[in-house]
Amino acid sequence: MADGKRRKVGRSEGGSTTPGGPSNRPLVQPSHDFRVVGKALRKVDATAKVLGVTKFADDLSLPRMLYCKLLRSPHPHARIVRIDAARALTLPGVKAVLTGKDLPIPFGILPVSQDEHALALDKARFVGDPVAGVAAVSEEVATAALDLIAVEYEPLRPIRDHLDAVEHPEPRIHDYGDHGNLHKLINLEFGDVEAGFAEAELVREDLLFFEGNTHLPMEQHAAVAEWSPDGKLTLWSSTQTPHYVHRALAKVLELPPARVRVIATTNGGAFGGKSDPFSHEIVVAKLAMLTGRPVKITLTREEVFYCHRGRHPTLMWVKTGVKKDGAITAMHFKSLLDGGGYGSYGVASTYYTGALQTVTHHVPRYKFQGARAFTNKPPCGPKRGHGTPQPRFALEVHFDKIAEQLGIDPADFRLKHLVPPHSLTANWLRIGSMGLAECIRKVVAGSGWKERYRKLPYGQGVGLACSSYITGAGLPIYWNAMPHSGVQLKCDRGGGVTVFCGSTEIGQGSDSVLAIIVAEVLGLDPFDIAVVAADTDLTPVDLGSYSSRVTLMTGNAAIQAAERARDLIARHAAPKLEAPVERITFVGGRVFDAASPERGISFAEAVQLAEAAAGTVGTVGSYTPAAGAGKYRGAGVGPSPAYSYSACVALVDVDPATGIVRVPKIWIAHDVGRSINAAAVMGQIEGSIYMGLGEALMEEMAYRGNRNVVHKIPSLLEYKSPTTLEMCDVITYVVEDPDPNGPFGAKECGQGPLLPVPPAVANAVYDAVGVRIDEVPITPEKVFKALRRKEKGEEPRFGPLGFPDLPWPEPTRVAPPWEGGDGRAGEGGRGREKAVGVTAGRRR
Amino acid sequence: MLRLPSFKYLQPKTLKEALAMKADAGPDGMYVAGGTDLYPNMKRRHQEPRTVISLMAIPELKRLEGWNVGTCVTLTELSNLPTFQHSYPAVAHAAALVSTPLLRNMGTLGGNLCLDTRCNYYDQTYEWRKAIDFCMKKDGHICWVAPSSPRCWAVSSSDVAPVAVAIGAEFLLVGPQGERVIPAGRFYHNDGINYLTKQPDEILVEVRLPAPDGWDAVYHKLRRRGSFDFPVLGVAAWVRREGGRVTDARIVLGGVASWPQEIPEAAAALRDGELGDDAIAAAAAAAYRPAKPLDNTDFDLSWRKQMTRVYVKAALEELRQRRG
Repeated sequence: MADGKRRKVGRSEGGSTTPGGPSNRPLVQPSHDFRVVGKALRKVDATAKVLGVTKFADDLSLPRMLYCKLLRSPHPHARIVRIDAARALTLPGVKAVLTGKDLPIPFGILPVSQDEHALALDKARFVGDPVAGVAAVSEEVATAALDLIAVEYEPLRPIRDHLDAVEHPEPRIHDYGDHGNLHKLINLEFGDVEAGFAEAELVREDLLFFEGNTHLPMEQHAAVAEWSPDGKLTLWSSTQTPHYVHRALAKVLELPPARVRVIATTNGGAFGGKSDPFSHEIVVAKLAMLTGRPVKITLTREEVFYCHRGRHPTLMWVKTGVKKDGAITAMHFKSLLDGGGYGSYGVASTYYTGALQTVTHHVPRYKFQGARAFTNKPPCGPKRGHGTPQPRFALEVHFDKIAEQLGIDPADFRLKHLVPPHSLTANWLRIGSMGLAECIRKVVAGSGWKERYRKLPYGQGVGLACSSYITGAGLPIYWNAMPHSGVQLKCDRGGGVTVFCGSTEIGQGSDSVLAIIVAEVLGLDPFDIAVVAADTDLTPVDLGSYSSRVTLMTGNAAIQAAERARDLIARHAAPKLEAPVERITFVGGRVFDAASPERGISFAEAVQLAEAAAGTVGTVGSYTPAAGAGKYRGAGVGPSPAYSYSACVALVDVDPATGIVRVPKIWIAHDVGRSINAAAVMGQIEGSIYMGLGEALMEEMAYRGNRNVVHKIPSLLEYKSPTTLEMCDVITYVVEDPDPNGPFGAKECGQGPLLPVPPAVANAVYDAVGVRIDEVPITPEKVFKALRRKEKGEEPRFGPLGFPDLPWPEPTRVAPPWEGGDGRAGEGGRGREKAVGVTAGRRR
Repeated sequence: MLRLPSFKYLQPKTLKEALAMKADAGPDGMYVAGGTDLYPNMKRRHQEPRTVISLMAIPELKRLEGWNVGTCVTLTELSNLPTFQHSYPAVAHAAALVSTPLLRNMGTLGGNLCLDTRCNYYDQTYEWRKAIDFCMKKDGHICWVAPSSPRCWAVSSSDVAPVAVAIGAEFLLVGPQGERVIPAGRFYHNDGINYLTKQPDEILVEVRLPAPDGWDAVYHKLRRRGSFDFPVLGVAAWVRREGGRVTDARIVLGGVASWPQEIPEAAAALRDGELGDDAIAAAAAAAYRPAKPLDNTDFDLSWRKQMTRVYVKAALEELRQRRG
């Protein structure tokens, strides 16, 4: 079966499903071998969802349940002088009121930024920051009680945005951080970029801005907590990361983790917005403990805007040197992120704005400077693409301009200088399979690019952009050496198989992936597999549904568990079938001798043989990614077991009279490695296009800086996201370049395809009417202004005009692999002299 | 979640009964038709009636007689009526452009004509408004759009109202003092708070459309998306022509003031002409000048003002093309 040597190589480079010894699977199976994997299947949970039967967190109702409402700060930045809840407690029906002092232990998703309190302790940091929590017999009573809580604030000068934060180190929003109101400052240099610019025949600089936007899941966050008389806490919550919520609850409530159970209910959309532990989850838990009654909270849509953790508004400056043929000699990239009031994932987000520049096109020398500001707005965090759509927008628009200056077709420009597969990048990321060339060819052919680019009538245009994305973060959020995903598998004597895993269904199809993979290995119908997921009492840890990690990590763990079950069952079925164990085959619910398929028994009978001989049939599997190649400080963000690739062509219509941009059609090709469920892959790609289109054209977290920094439009009506009428036609090409680290070769598809959409639209607008919109969203006002400027003979552009001077730390210098480095920081004699064989070195 | 406050809900079967219920409820009573405007507003504590009196079970309000339309006809019904699509395409079209299909199934003609004025300092929850210390339209004392202004600048955001004014419809109102009929143009005040001349206890019963006898009208709507959104600019253009000549015209803008704003200068530019390019350009320029959008809806206000010219021109060109 397996090619042992090849497997060994794959394991050592690409992650491990140990402990417990290697599994017997070939790394990549030819597709005709698959019986379930790769087919277009209904999701295993689809029917219940479509019929409205699925229970979301807000559907839960427990006897004697109380309802919680949160009092939120009306000030963007204020010291809390005094809180008096006495009057609220006298309102009939009010059972408990909590304030910050009841939950004084800080928390936060990243160990480096434990800067949140469930209820503001001494300071409120944005309009909407929770200050007090009420439990009452109804939502109406709880709402009425909020007005009876007296809070005395001492307002402080608010910090409105990233530029305001740079100009005003005081008053500080937090008493930690790298400088004043700058939360984080990063300075990394991989090789001598100045030498690279000196070698270049064209050096170009651009400034771009990507506005913040939010996830907008259909389901508003909701949670229910129950405290049992036996001293155990259960929290049901619409969360993507039950494991991290479990840790935060145990910490803040000072409970042994063994007495805390977190169950992630099916998420009605998440997109990264439900990846943090939230104050409302902690508050209902504490209220349940205090009152002895179940407590539920369902956030309003406005409150979801305050939870936020969405796309960071990001100002970017990029400078690239190229040879006449477009080969990049060096790149220098700077980003300044508007982080909002708390840390959230922000440090990781900031690193991500600089991490993946090197993953699509060969960049021999690279310098990245990134900064994140604290501001008095809802905290930003991870949204689909986490920190990478902003630089991808900058880079792909920048490349479009460079290609034009060089007189090279942008598609050819990109095809000529791709990162080679199975190589290391300047910042020490290990590339596996790399299907971008095929992606570009697909969209170029499908869209009729060569016939359309620069050839369409005025007002119509096409634009092209590429991207890549991680398939799972290489490192966990808190340092530990344990697996990132675990699966337990139980085979019942009736033939049923239950798979237990901590992974969380957020609509992306993770339950289906588990069922399909187990069904593939055990020869069963995926719709017969029972999936028990995301319950910290019942399921082994999976870190959560973020960073596009679930299919790869959970998938590998599931393969290991299923193969162990298969081997166990085969061992005990072989004597009965009078066949050697290597020939025992599992297909169609039967277990048989591959040499004479008619000699077989049902899967249930085979399980019974194994159970009779060896006891209860249960196995486990787990997955740990391999260590990254980079060893410098900051190398933890960017490494991934595999990278997906996408290429996109957008067709736009621009009305020169109004500046209104319509996108009738997008062609997208995505290298998913291998489809596990072809229908779900298409769904994820189309969904990514939809979200990318919204970010490209209209979505915007707008605040009124001069009016107490209130969110301007916290509603589904006024926060503009495309309707079906704005959604474009999508032609999807699924490219399958199997990656040795993926389960059956699979890579991610849920986030990457979003990335090329905004730059493809921006480049198409330029093709249509000759103006550069260097800022997302590309609204009619911006296009109209740029067209006016063009008419007046001014620069035909709308975009930022400068990047502020920042107090950067000394750069961490890391020699790229081809300069003889070992992935560690420090100059250590690896200077410019050794940087000669750049082109030769990169192919190794 | 955002909850409706508790209230008493009454369902009268006749106009008389409705008026009596309102008299009983006093200032704490409000009429409701489809509820697509009132109920969200009640959730945000804009209107806080203790008694809500539904008009939906009163047969007269559902009546369609000739060109007289009961105000509880839903927007879906109105936009789908073949007679309307033929004789009053601008009315049917404007009705079809309101919000979303689901909301049009509930929302009524009368509801759209009485639509509360909108402003993104006002159309927010109680908690949000508290964070800016409220505004004069509800619970506060200042207009945040124009802080030195003595009046409220919330925006007339009805799609049907500009058309009703432009075509010269008349409204039948029934109140405790009896019936009255007024031209649509006199149904509105240019004031974000006191935006209707209707008294709170009066019921808008019927819209009387002019006979379709040789005039034509169009409605163009500007908004971010093709569904869901209120207009940030509506252009209703009406002309009466004899031969090729325009004998009378009216241009009414929605979304730029607290009422459907008639622009007589634009109409004057069209009168006694032939809807030529120059006349259309002059009318568009005339409409552009008095349009004063403020920073309280979607989009940048200067762009919205620029669009007045573009949209008036497009509306008039459509009229010309249809008759040409």
